[in-house]
Amino acid sequence: MTPMTEEQTNLTIDNPKMSARDVKVFYGEKQAIKGVSIDVGMDHVTAFIGPSGCGKSTFLRTLNRMNDTVASARVEGEITLDGENIYAPSMDVVQLRARVGMVFQKPNPFPKSIYENIAYGPRIHGLAASKADMDVIVEKSLRRAGLWDEVKDRLHDSGTALSGGQQQRLCIGRAIAVEPEVILMDEPCSALDPIATAKIEELIHELRGRYAIVIVTHNMQQAARVSQRTAFFHLGDLVEYGVTSDIFTNPRQERTKDYITGRYG
Amino acid sequence: MAEHTIKAFDEEIDRLRGLIAEMGGRAEAAIENAMLALQRQDKTLAARVVADDKRIDAIEAEVEKLVIQVIALRAPMANDLRDVIAALKIVSVVERIGDYAKNIAKRVPLIATNTRTLEPIALLPSMGQVAGEMVHDALNAFAARDADLALAVIERDTVVDDFYNSVFRTLVTFMVENPKTISECAHLLFVAKNIERIGDHATNVAEMVYYAATGQTLPERERGADLQPED
Ligand SMILES: Nc1ncnc2c1ncn2[C@@H]1O[C@H](COP(=O)(O)OP(=O)(O)O)[C@@H](O)[C@H]1O
Ligand SMILES: [Mg+2]
Repeated sequence: MTPMTEEQTNLTIDNPKMSARDVKVFYGEKQAIKGVSIDVGMDHVTAFIGPSGCGKSTFLRTLNRMNDTVASARVEGEITLDGENIYAPSMDVVQLRARVGMVFQKPNPFPKSIYENIAYGPRIHGLAASKADMDVIVEKSLRRAGLWDEVKDRLHDSGTALSGGQQQRLCIGRAIAVEPEVILMDEPCSALDPIATAKIEELIHELRGRYAIVIVTHNMQQAARVSQRTAFFHLGDLVEYGVTSDIFTNPRQERTKDYITGRYG
Repeated sequence: MAEHTIKAFDEEIDRLRGLIAEMGGRAEAAIENAMLALQRQDKTLAARVVADDKRIDAIEAEVEKLVIQVIALRAPMANDLRDVIAALKIVSVVERIGDYAKNIAKRVPLIATNTRTLEPIALLPSMGQVAGEMVHDALNAFAARDADLALAVIERDTVVDDFYNSVFRTLVTFMVENPKTISECAHLLFVAKNIERIGDHATNVAEMVYYAATGQTLPERERGADLQPED
């Protein structure tokens, strides 16, 4: 048997949209991320996989400084967006989070109308000069989120009245509405049934190329289905990063192999 | 290798390996017995080889069913995925190997009883033995996930090819000198060709084993299988 000695992978890619270099994250004394370097690009969907508690969400949140909201969290290392350090004092965090949007595990629409859920972001970012502008943005965002046809006749119903899958697409529409460059998704389908999940996966497929998409998933089949590059995390390390089809057919690292073949723990 | 968290998955993989080991053993025996039947003009043994081939076919069907089930229910990944796909491909090749052995056995009654006097027949058993060993080693390599053993099988393919070329020349010369034996010699030529094909198929199996074990495909190699036109 050929030993798996080759150095894990290409952590770097051509034309990265975001690059992390030696990123460490601490919650108080506890280190959750142990020096991770990785590039993510526009041309593909990147999946983060790994066992629960390995630090996927923690690392994902460093990419739009969501950890800033956790009092005990401390981030070291460098993360750039288009070459610009997002942890630089000059970085406007509100602006950053518009450029790097996030979709969470549990759909969390505001308790407002469908229309308002989409319009909220563009309004605070001053993207619409008029009601007509806003109508255009709302329709475009809902279309891109694959939800327009289902809700166009009830835009003023409450967002929370939608089904779980529709709520999640509404949240994706909300992220899209502020014209982000990167969309981070943290287990966006784990609260959804298989059909709603398939619709989100199809949506991710359609959004690919327009935005750099990073998805955390504990569902390996999902990572295999939606992503072109996969990163495997384990105990705060990035163990392996590579082309998804390679990771799932011929992983280089023993730890990756054990995890994806169901031999973990 | 560590066990799967889901035990039933391990049991299915073990069953798959067991079936392929059995199939390999049967194919190897079929080759051996067909050659023995040919040498001894033993029609009973030849008939048994033909009858036993049904079990090889049945194992192929069983493995196919099991592989489809494993893919559907377990969604195997990485080396597991390579293993089950290799299993599926290997059984279809081994089934063909069984058919070649059966084909040799079917010719036994067609070769007249005076064949014993045909000199070229003496060349065939050792050729059959090499091919049989290749089948044996290729399937052992699969069971042991042994890439080096697979490579050793692939290297031996040229031995069988060389045998074939030499048997071919010998038979042609013999036929020219003994035109009355043409019918028997033609059968022997097909036997030699069948053995040569068995060697090729064993080599294919070994290539699949190599991929399953390492995740790497071998570079395209020279295939010296068939006679060159100038031969
Ligand atoms: N707010 C927090 N405070 C303290 N520890 C945390 C916090 N969030 C996560 N952790 C710890 O950090 C580690 C990584 O967690 P997380 O990033 O949520 O993993 P994953 O998303 O891969 O399941 C875990 O050990 C977890 O307990
Ligand atoms: Mg998480």
